Amino acid sequence: MANAHSIDLSEHAGHHEHDHAHEEHHQSFVAKYVFSQDHKMISRQFLLTAVVMAVIAMTMSIIFRMQLAWPGEKFAFINAMLGDKWGKDGILDPNMYLALVTIHGTIMVFFVLTGGLSGTFANLLIPFQVGARDMASGFLNMLSYWFFFVSSVIMLSSLFIDDGPASGGWTIYPPLSALPEAMPGSKLGMTMWLISMTLFVVSSLLGGINYIVTIINLRTKGMKMTRMPLTMWAILITAILGVLSFPVLVSCVVLLICDRSLGTSFYLSDIYIGGRALDNVGGSPVLFEHLFWFLGHPEVYIVILPALGITSEIIATNSRKPIFGYRAMIGSMLAIGFLSFIVWGHHMFITGMNPFLGSVFVFTTLLIAIPSAVKAFNYITTLWKGNIQYTPAMLFSIGLVSSFVTGGVTGIILADSTLDINVHDTYFVVAHFHIVMGLSAIFGMFAGVYHWFPKLFLRMMNKKLGYFHFWTTFVCAYGVFFPMHFLGLAGVPRRYYTNSNFPMFDNLVDINEIVTVFAILGALSQVIFLFNFFYSIFKGEKSPQNPWNSNTLEWTTPMANIHGNWPGALPVVHRWAYDYSKPGAERDFIPQTVPLAEGEHDNGGH
Amino acid sequence: MKLLILIGLVLLIIAVHQLMRVVELSRQFKNTKEWNVTESDNTFNGKLMLSFGILFFVLLLWQIDRWEDNSLPGAASVHGLNIDSLWNVNMWIITIASILTNGALFYFAYKYSGKDKTKATFLAHDNRLEMAWTIVPAVVLAGIIIFGLKFWNEITDRSTDPNKITIELYAKQFDWSVRYAGQDKTLGLTDYRQIDGGNSVGMDTLDANGYDDIIVKNEFHIPVNREIEFKMRSRDVIHSAFMPHFRAQMNCVPGMITEFKFTPNKTTADMRKDPYVIQLMKGINDARAKDNKEAVEFDYILLCNKICGASHYNMQMTIIVESEKDYNTWIAKQKVVKTLASK
Repeated sequence: MANAHSIDLSEHAGHHEHDHAHEEHHQSFVAKYVFSQDHKMISRQFLLTAVVMAVIAMTMSIIFRMQLAWPGEKFAFINAMLGDKWGKDGILDPNMYLALVTIHGTIMVFFVLTGGLSGTFANLLIPFQVGARDMASGFLNMLSYWFFFVSSVIMLSSLFIDDGPASGGWTIYPPLSALPEAMPGSKLGMTMWLISMTLFVVSSLLGGINYIVTIINLRTKGMKMTRMPLTMWAILITAILGVLSFPVLVSCVVLLICDRSLGTSFYLSDIYIGGRALDNVGGSPVLFEHLFWFLGHPEVYIVILPALGITSEIIATNSRKPIFGYRAMIGSMLAIGFLSFIVWGHHMFITGMNPFLGSVFVFTTLLIAIPSAVKAFNYITTLWKGNIQYTPAMLFSIGLVSSFVTGGVTGIILADSTLDINVHDTYFVVAHFHIVMGLSAIFGMFAGVYHWFPKLFLRMMNKKLGYFHFWTTFVCAYGVFFPMHFLGLAGVPRRYYTNSNFPMFDNLVDINEIVTVFAILGALSQVIFLFNFFYSIFKGEKSPQNPWNSNTLEWTTPMANIHGNWPGALPVVHRWAYDYSKPGAERDFIPQTVPLAEGEHDNGGH
Repeated sequence: MKLLILIGLVLLIIAVHQLMRVVELSRQFKNTKEWNVTESDNTFNGKLMLSFGILFFVLLLWQIDRWEDNSLPGAASVHGLNIDSLWNVNMWIITIASILTNGALFYFAYKYSGKDKTKATFLAHDNRLEMAWTIVPAVVLAGIIIFGLKFWNEITDRSTDPNKITIELYAKQFDWSVRYAGQDKTLGLTDYRQIDGGNSVGMDTLDANGYDDIIVKNEFHIPVNREIEFKMRSRDVIHSAFMPHFRAQMNCVPGMITEFKFTPNKTTADMRKDPYVIQLMKGINDARAKDNKEAVEFDYILLCNKICGASHYNMQMTIIVESEKDYNTWIAKQKVVKTLASK
């Protein structure tokens, strides 16, 4: 652990060499694998935790999808997973149904696509791609992971308590979440949810501050901001969003804890429940919604921006072309980042918020479509006249562009308050955000794992299994989420335990069955990924230094886990990261460390 | 049974393990880089990309053909017609945008799949192109915003119609009550502390305005072609009053009164004669017949659309829209609250 101090930050000049092998030798098991301060190990820890969490959340979705497709049927699987209390005779309990959708959402949004995605790739890539020995503070970085870990453990242990986990939806609107009388999930389960999320925010802040400081301060010589790969820009903007918005979630949660435990009335007023009138007056649940979505909306960009950064890098590398409109990509990410703070009200058009305020949010929200469209067009133009190398990572990146477009356009409908009236909280919304945020972000994460697996585990993943994984996942993903639009058009509300209590939904049974069948197939296809992933960690082919012929700095480090990343001096950067197929060059890539030829123009750092 | 599964699992693990050994051994002999992407990989995946693009388009049409007729019938309210027309325009815009963009994506993914002998074109940026696809979406979005906000302002304006009917929707776990103002056209005040078995919506028993109020459950009636102003309250948690056929939705929030107004323009009887609704109900009743459930007729419905607890999925109320005359007959038969409050 002590060797974190050996990172010599003044080493940019580069005449100083460490005997890293010597230090590695003395590391105890605990310091190397458990309380590690090395960014590569922390990255692996985040990834493995996220994989476990994702499998759990996916299994949950299979359980509630089975209930939705075949309500009232008895499944031994459900009984085996949930036991006699929540899955009596193999039929899912309505309270457990709500708990499953709640925890599925919470885990996917926060633990997989925020903690997992940012945690893995920010930690792995920042020091590698800006040319630093490690993160600015290895210790805070370690704390960040362990807060994340404890938070995950608390969230998972809430699954095993008597009243069941939190079940008020991942947005935990009070009074439902504030009153233990309202539902069993609002008892101990909600307390654990709140504690877990508070710790999660601590983790996110420790990580985020570290990411920002490292990117700003520890760039190697020549790594101007305008030479950074787009992954770095994406992670930087993501971290800034997180640092500014996550604390608001803590305030929101602390007030809810006060309402739950100390008898305050921030969110409660005029309530009669459990046979008695509560004393609380003067609070407003709408206040909670404002605070929650002040985080909640930037949060969806915290989820999607790293994925967009990852795919920018992968699409350029594998098209063997510069990313089209590098500056426009940065500009659009900055615009998205800024606008993401002033659009939260579009989640609240019909909550009783003043309709004039709704109008303002319509305007700001629809503005976001412009930078998003620019990004999509730039991706597609990057493919144009490229020489596309279909690595599994490239497939997932193209999948991301497709889902980002398909899911993004329905956002234009939902952002329009007039149209939102009738599809708010229906399956149309479920389809929209799963495609644009869920699929895009998870595709970005898969792309990142396939692409940087050599840097994570020094080995290669199996290509053929990767292809199979992508195509089955891609087909199933659209098979699950596209038909949901039609449920929304028929007016089906989300979070219904079954639609069979309304005759008007009886003609939709086949849609629900198709969705569930695709969900099960899609889940099975993840088993292929899991096999490929774990098998390759131990038995994959050894990776060469630069398997994808990429320009960025991480491929200039040797394929070995050395502390400090580069055995000798830190590399010096002379050009942007996207000199692929540059006319006049011998090969179709020029690493960032290659000096500019005489008269050569650097397309990045003007 | 469990033993069988266990044995099966063990055998599976052994089989996979053996398979892996074979793969590893063969790899040593071949000494190829399995992960290396070859031209045939590129061609193969490029073709799959194109096929997926075509499949995506075909399945989109198939889904529309098969499922669009399950959609809600055309709006049964005056403002709802505006929403429907705006919806249709926007839906066309996004469908075309999505097909063009996805089409270009999958086509380029096929067309430019990597070949060993070709080199990509170095193209870093093009200001004219980038300006074009910033400005075109901006102009289209401006149109969407202008029309959207115009209708939004009309829909959310305070009701000024002197002839309106004011109705209260009251939500609690897990049912709805509807309160009419009665002869004096004024809803009585409420006080949640006075809620008890006989006073389920918390009427303020000291307010005489409430004495002629009428409370109904399970089903409520409204007259056609008159503006209905809904005042919404909740007893316990947030609910959402969703009346999809009227394109109407508003949350019911404890501690405040929310509002939504609309003018229904088709009676329940009109709807039952509408060709689209007849076809829709046939689909529903065919599906019900398969499950041995009795046939049903079309009804307007009020549902809860904000998660509110275990029986969230079962909070419903039937809405009957009828002629003014029928409405007056119906309302005259309902009991007034006073009998309840002064029990």
